Amino acid sequence: MSLSSQTITQLRAKLTAGEITAVEIIDSLEQSIKEKDGAIGGYINPASYDFDAAREAAKSADLSLPLGGIPIAIKDNINVKGEPCSCASKFLYDSYVSPYDATVITKLKAAGAIPLGRLNLDEFAMGSTTDNSAVQRTNNPHDYDHVPGGSSGGSAAVVAADTAIASLGSDTGGSIRQPASHCGVVGLKPSYGRVSRYGLVAFASSLDQVGPLTKSVEDAALMLNVLSGSDTMDSTSLEVEVPDFTANLDAGVAGMKIGIPTEYFAAGIDPAVREVVDKAIDQLKAAGAEIVEISLPHTEYAVATYYIIAPAEASSNLSRFDGIRYGNRSSQADNLIDTYKKSRSEGFGSEVKRRIILGTYALSSGYDHKYYDKAQRVRTLILKDFTDAFEKVDAIVSPVCPTAAPKHGENSDDPLKEYLADICTIAANLAGIPGISVPAGTISNSAGNKLPVGLQILGPQLGEEVILQVAKVCESF
Amino acid sequence: MATDHIDVTYVANLARLELTQDETTTFQRQIEDILGYIEKLNELDTENVEPTDHVARVYDRVREDIAKPSIDRDDFLNIAPDTINDQLRVPKVIEEM
Repeated sequence: MSLSSQTITQLRAKLTAGEITAVEIIDSLEQSIKEKDGAIGGYINPASYDFDAAREAAKSADLSLPLGGIPIAIKDNINVKGEPCSCASKFLYDSYVSPYDATVITKLKAAGAIPLGRLNLDEFAMGSTTDNSAVQRTNNPHDYDHVPGGSSGGSAAVVAADTAIASLGSDTGGSIRQPASHCGVVGLKPSYGRVSRYGLVAFASSLDQVGPLTKSVEDAALMLNVLSGSDTMDSTSLEVEVPDFTANLDAGVAGMKIGIPTEYFAAGIDPAVREVVDKAIDQLKAAGAEIVEISLPHTEYAVATYYIIAPAEASSNLSRFDGIRYGNRSSQADNLIDTYKKSRSEGFGSEVKRRIILGTYALSSGYDHKYYDKAQRVRTLILKDFTDAFEKVDAIVSPVCPTAAPKHGENSDDPLKEYLADICTIAANLAGIPGISVPAGTISNSAGNKLPVGLQILGPQLGEEVILQVAKVCESF
Repeated sequence: MATDHIDVTYVANLARLELTQDETTTFQRQIEDILGYIEKLNELDTENVEPTDHVARVYDRVREDIAKPSIDRDDFLNIAPDTINDQLRVPKVIEEM
């Protein structure tokens, strides 16, 4: 088995036992990226990567650290000093080089990890297919005609294709969990405030979280240990204890109450997906969990709420891309206002423009009460649904997405249809609770290929330990 | 369903975007669809519900005011579209009278 196909935990054991070197891991990754990524397109400009510099970093890596000698691939909306960070947007591509490290990168480096490679995404993380990238298309490693999901499509595809050991993604409405489900890897969205957002290019600041995509639940726990913690550079990061998330991973689900929300199994769910999820639930029951049917009554309002709040915050956040300090400056403008307009209009793709316009409208004078304030109130009701539910159950289990990965271009002219597929993931962001996607099975498509289906496990705020425990049990099915 | 008629060109200008005719037509239709769907929220009576702007509920957290090295100036200037004398050069802001 090549080194690039192994988990962090497996590699760490071999590194510390002296069976392999960190340089050999880089060699193995370089080879697998060169062999396989051309067809998948998970990495942006891999030909430009300085593998020799990575080997130097590997040589001096402190193997006594928790991620010592482990290369981690990074979604291209997270700043790594000295590297491009395009957000898969023409606005930044080819011109922007990060002048600083995001806090998650500082933490990875301090834990001995080596950030290596930039991963494709939907432009500014807006989308659920990665087809909104202005740079390139990313294919699902299980069937190239299908999308890898999104927006962290590159982050999921490279882990699934064994062209990365593990990766970082970001999740604003499902952007870690959904591509993890579509590609058959583990994807964890931490509780809001668990992980610093400093250096993550902001999309919707009250919803965004950085998290890991990995080949095992244990790897996700290990990475969460490193990424978590309060940060003076992010005033919304929580000042709370960071437990050792690997400590109780094998506690099992015996005696645990697991809630099944009826609303997440409503019409629109592919029967084949439902079958995979139902089977996993049966197995959780067999493992000793008590399965309880619950209701999250405001679920049907989550998509509408999200598509006011997220675009509203995005329209404000993306005003920083004005063509003055970095990124695209139009050569067609001769005054300041035209510079803003032309630089932005040349640089942004359709989905980004659509969301900026929607968000600007929702915040504009005369409509802010009707849309933004209304959505914030419904957000309270959605949050309360979860608070009530977690008084009765320890964790909630559901599908991640109503279908397996769609084909490229399937919903490209119907954004609303694409938004509605976010139904199972976005409420967790609105409520700030943690969620994990763990591979649960596969379904066969018409081409005879097997497409992965993930199981989503949601926990109460700061309840990552519980969802990791449940995920660990599911992983063994 | 009663939807406010959004004027996409007007809102795009507020957001400092310039749309092509094709974009205007497409976005007008798509955003009207989305706003129509969002009307769904009016089914709920939220008169007595407090708004949630943020789940972290952390406000006015300040760090120690200690001077420390900032990001290197050259790293900023190197990514700027146009510079002069170690400063950003911008298009003329004040119109001639």
